[in-house]
Amino acid sequence: MVQMLLEGTRDTLYMTLMATLFGYVLGLPMGIVLAVTDKNGICANKIVYKVLDFIVNLVRSVPFLILLILVIPLTRLIVGKSYGSTATIVPLVIAAAPFIARMVESSLKEVEQGTIEAALSMGAGTGTIIWKVLLAEARTSLLVGVTIAVGTILGYSAMAGVVGGGGLGDIAIRYGYYRYETGVMIVTIIILVVLVQILQGLGMMLSRKLDRRRREL
Amino acid sequence: MGKKEVLLEIRNLHKDYGNGPVLEDISLQVEKGEVIVLVGPSGCGKSTLLRCINGLEPIQGGSILLDGREITDGKTNWSQVRQKIGMVFQSYDLFPNMTVLDNVLLGPLKVQKRQKAEAKAQAEQLLARVGLLQKKDAYPRELSGGQKQRVAIVRALMMEPEILLFDEVTAALDPEMVREVLDVMLELAESGSTMLIVTHELQFARAVADRIVFLDGGHIVEMDDPETFFTQPKSDRVHRFLNTFVFASQSQERKHSESQ
Repeated sequence: MVQMLLEGTRDTLYMTLMATLFGYVLGLPMGIVLAVTDKNGICANKIVYKVLDFIVNLVRSVPFLILLILVIPLTRLIVGKSYGSTATIVPLVIAAAPFIARMVESSLKEVEQGTIEAALSMGAGTGTIIWKVLLAEARTSLLVGVTIAVGTILGYSAMAGVVGGGGLGDIAIRYGYYRYETGVMIVTIIILVVLVQILQGLGMMLSRKLDRRRREL
Repeated sequence: MGKKEVLLEIRNLHKDYGNGPVLEDISLQVEKGEVIVLVGPSGCGKSTLLRCINGLEPIQGGSILLDGREITDGKTNWSQVRQKIGMVFQSYDLFPNMTVLDNVLLGPLKVQKRQKAEAKAQAEQLLARVGLLQKKDAYPRELSGGQKQRVAIVRALMMEPEILLFDEVTAALDPEMVREVLDVMLELAESGSTMLIVTHELQFARAVADRIVFLDGGHIVEMDDPETFFTQPKSDRVHRFLNTFVFASQSQERKHSESQ
């Protein structure tokens, strides 16, 4: 049992971290594009913004449980099978990327317009502004976003247990729901809570450390 | 005054946000080394004019020429032009997550791709000139408003611009800090910098300007040397404007003495 819970924890962490990583590989550029192409952005472009905005909303409005089943063909194509923790990463990434894109977009839009104009007035190009002003100045907010994303993806990954997705959610459903072993379910919940707490704490600590705007460090 | 080189020329500039003109038929020549102060009531378009010169606002008519070349013809490489036009803003707009030194080095290193050692030496020299060398490793939050604004001026100077635009740079400052910023600007003016200044500090305007331009309702109403402007304004409008300032400063003094 302990062995199984340990493996479950490992699988959950594996799915969550990999999905967060790939979620950002897709979501970060999407969020940047959304932020800079919106009407007050440095490369305002109505068409690009509207298209991306629509895609993000579309994927975001599909409930994760449905998405999980919907993308099974794609999952098979990429991973070769539709169950287990590696396979679960595919729907997790698809669900997380638009959500991450939105958070990145809102973080970048928090950057003072004045600092962007100051950079523009020095002749800074789009790339410099994205890297040195937007991403650099929004880093605290972006890291808070990562923390939220990890927490959300962790929750989603547990949901994948319904279709044999592996990890702690899988254990909770198989033992807690199908076999009425409430004890096992409670233990998995406790482990999930502890995981969320640890990841949340780490993220917040890091973002505070990187914040130079406040006096109370 | 001998014939001087025209650095910046504005010809019949027209700016419109879509609900009536903000600037109409503005023409102005700025010579090399000249200091021009733009004054006028709030909302008269002074700041907008500066923003148009820097390409932060598109214009709907007329043209702007820098060094005799048109920069408003749509083919402009703004990145290059803006390096020649330094701008300092009312709200300082320093990068909050960077030290003072990193703030002033961003342009030279990332935009102009200069050598770090050389740019750093220049930064330290300029920071020393505005009395802030000891703050080079501080973050903006640790500075007073006046200090932040002096850093912002250094940041603009680091690009070695041909002309400097100052957009109400003392408007957000506590009264005691206004002086330290104006002193820096006065020194720049004396050392031959070409400057276009928007300000409400009329005494400063009188001291620093070669020419005063009075804007109202998007038009240039009057353009004169400071002496004439302040002592014998030609138009009624300027006369009234100057009078409101006299009253305003008197009532301020009265409040000041009451609070003591």
